[in-house]
Amino acid sequence: MSTLLEVSGVSVTFDGFRAINNLSFQIGNAELRAVIGPNGAGKTTFMDIVTGKTRPDEGRVIWGEKSVSLLRMSEAKIAQAGIGRKFQKPTVFEDQTVQENLLMALKNKRGWLGVLFYRPSADDLDKVADLASEIGLKDELTRKSGELSHGQKQWLEIGMLLAQEPRLLLVDEPAAGMTPQEREHTTDLLVQAAKTRAVVVVEHDMEFVRRLNCKVTVLHEGSVLAEGSLDHVTSNQDVIDVYLGR
Amino acid sequence: MDRSFVAQNPSVLVFLAILSLFTLGVTILSEGVGIGVISTSFVKTLGKTLCLGLIAVAMDLVWGFTGILSLGHFAFFGLGGYMIGMWLMYERTRLIVVDSLAQAEIPPTSTEVVDAIATQVFGVVGSSEFPLIWAFSHSLTLQLILVVLVPGLLALIFGWLAFRSRVTGVYLSILTQAMTLALALYLFQNDSGLRGNNGLSGLQNLPGVTASQDVVSIWFLWASALALGLGYMLAAWVVSGKFGSVIRGIRDNEARVRFLGYSVEVYKLAVFTLTACIAAVAGALYYPQAGIINPEEMAPIASIYLAVWVAIGGRGRLYGAVIGAAFVSLLSTWFTGGQVPDIPLGFYTIKWVDWWQVLLGVSFVLVTLFAPQGIGGLFDLWTNRHAPQRHGAALGPDESALREKEATE
Repeated sequence: MSTLLEVSGVSVTFDGFRAINNLSFQIGNAELRAVIGPNGAGKTTFMDIVTGKTRPDEGRVIWGEKSVSLLRMSEAKIAQAGIGRKFQKPTVFEDQTVQENLLMALKNKRGWLGVLFYRPSADDLDKVADLASEIGLKDELTRKSGELSHGQKQWLEIGMLLAQEPRLLLVDEPAAGMTPQEREHTTDLLVQAAKTRAVVVVEHDMEFVRRLNCKVTVLHEGSVLAEGSLDHVTSNQDVIDVYLGR
Repeated sequence: MDRSFVAQNPSVLVFLAILSLFTLGVTILSEGVGIGVISTSFVKTLGKTLCLGLIAVAMDLVWGFTGILSLGHFAFFGLGGYMIGMWLMYERTRLIVVDSLAQAEIPPTSTEVVDAIATQVFGVVGSSEFPLIWAFSHSLTLQLILVVLVPGLLALIFGWLAFRSRVTGVYLSILTQAMTLALALYLFQNDSGLRGNNGLSGLQNLPGVTASQDVVSIWFLWASALALGLGYMLAAWVVSGKFGSVIRGIRDNEARVRFLGYSVEVYKLAVFTLTACIAAVAGALYYPQAGIINPEEMAPIASIYLAVWVAIGGRGRLYGAVIGAAFVSLLSTWFTGGQVPDIPLGFYTIKWVDWWQVLLGVSFVLVTLFAPQGIGGLFDLWTNRHAPQRHGAALGPDESALREKEATE
C-alpha cells in the first residue's frame, strides 16, 4: 500500500512545553486509523501540524505521490490539496442553511472571482442532495443549520468534509456528545468514507474505537507509544500503564 | 435556486421602489423644479443623506457581512471627495482666470493661465505652484477615474499588509483608526498639496453650469439616489451567492473557512477594497453638495459614527444600514441644528446641541445590548423571521455536550 501522508521526526514546543516530540506517523491511501491517547498527548496538535495551523520546529510532513512538503503551504492550500478536517466542536455555519453549508464545501473553484460569479449547476445541486441523504439531512436542506440538533450538526460537518472530496480526512472526536444511535450512524459514515480515502479519527471513547475495527495508534507525551490492532495495543504494558490502567 | 436574482431577494425591489418614490417626492416638493415646499438646503441635506446611506451599505458589507470592523472607511469617503474637488476647484478657477485675463491687451499664454490658477488656489497656503498630485486636475475624466483608483489602491495596500499578517478583531479596528488619523494629520499640513486645513471649497459651483443651486441640488439628489440604488444592487448581488456564503462564513468562523480551502485573506482584501471604492463614490457625490471638504472630515470620529449608524440600523442586512444612516444622521442634523427645544430642569438646562452626543452614545449602548438586530430587526416581527437559537442549557462542561432539550426529547 502506497503512503499518502508521512510525518517524520516532527517536534513542536510551546513556551518550553514539548507538545510533540519526534513524532512519526504514516497512513496509506484507503485506510481507517484511530488515534487515541490521554489528554495532552498531542492529538490535536498533530492535526494542527498536518493542516498547517501550527508550524513544527523540526521534522518533515510529506504528502501524496509527488511527495510535496506541507510545511510551506497555507491552510487553504493544504485543504485544496485534499486534506479535510473536522473539529471537536461541531463547527458549521449556523446562520446559513444546510444547503448553503454543503455548497460552500463542495469541491469547486476556491478563488474569489470564480466564487463571485458561481451559480450552482444542476449537477452540483444533485451532489448536495445525495450527500444530504447520505448524512440523513435530506429533509433539512432549507433549514438554518443553527436549528439542527447537536448530532445533526456533527453529521452536517462530516457531510461538508465529504463534499470537499478530500483524500485524507482528519476527524477530531466525532462521537462526543452523541446518543448511542447517532454514534452508530457516525461509525457507518466513517467506515464507508474510509473505503475510498484515508481517514484518521482521534477519539477518547474506547467503545467507539472498537466499533471502527481498525489499526490504532496510541500517542503519549507527543510521540507514538504503540501501534497495531486495538487488542494488540490494549495488551501492551506501556499503554496500560499510561492510559488504560488509570 | 433557479429563480432570478430579484425573485430571490424581494427586499431589493422594495428598496429600489421606496428610493424612487422618495426621490420623485422630494423633486416634486422642491424649490428648484417643484412646488417649493422643501428648501434647497434641505434638498441638499437629503441628497447628502443618500450618500451616507451608500457608505453605510459599504460598511455593512465589510462589517455586517464579513465581520471586519473597519473604523477607517471615512478616509476613503474623504479621498473620493478630494479627488472630485480638485477638478471642481481647478476648472472653476480656470474659468474665472481666463475671464479676467481676457481683459488684458495681450492674450495670456497657457503657462500664464496655469500660474494664475495656482496662485488663486494655493495663495491661501502661501504657495503659487501646483504640486505633483494635481497633475491630472485639468481633466474631469482622469479625476473621476482617480475617485475610485486612489482610495481603492490605498485600501488594497493597507488591507494586504494588515490581512496578510492576520491582524483581526479589535487590533484591526485600531489599525484602521490609525490609518484615517494619519491621513487626516497629513492633509492638515499646508504643504500636503491639498490646501491644509482650508481644504477645498466652493465645490457646490459646477464649472460652466449656469443653472441655479435650486436646480443643481436636484441633479445631485438624483445622482446620489442612482448611486445608492446601483450600490445597493451590487452589494445585494455580491452577498446573494456563494461569495456571500463565504464572507458570512469568515465573519462567523474564519478558521473553518480556511480549512474548507478558501483563502480568507484574499476574500477579506477583495471586500475591503470593493467597499473602499463604494465609499469613495459616495464621497465624490457628497462633497459637491456639502460645498467644502477639509481634513476634519477624515477624523477618526467620523468612521466611528459610521459604525454606530450601521449598528443602530441593523448590521448584516443592507436596508438596515441605509435606514440607520438616514435615521441617525437626519436626527443628528435636527438635534445639532438647535431646532429642538431645550429642557429646563430648574437647576440645569439640557441643551440638545451639547447633549445629543450623550443621547446617541446611550442609544448605541442600548441597541447593542438589547436589540442587536437594530431598527432593521423590526422588519422581522413583520416577516416572522427567527434567528436560529438553541434552547436549553448545556448538560456538560463544554460546548459539544448535549443540550438539555435534546437529551430530554
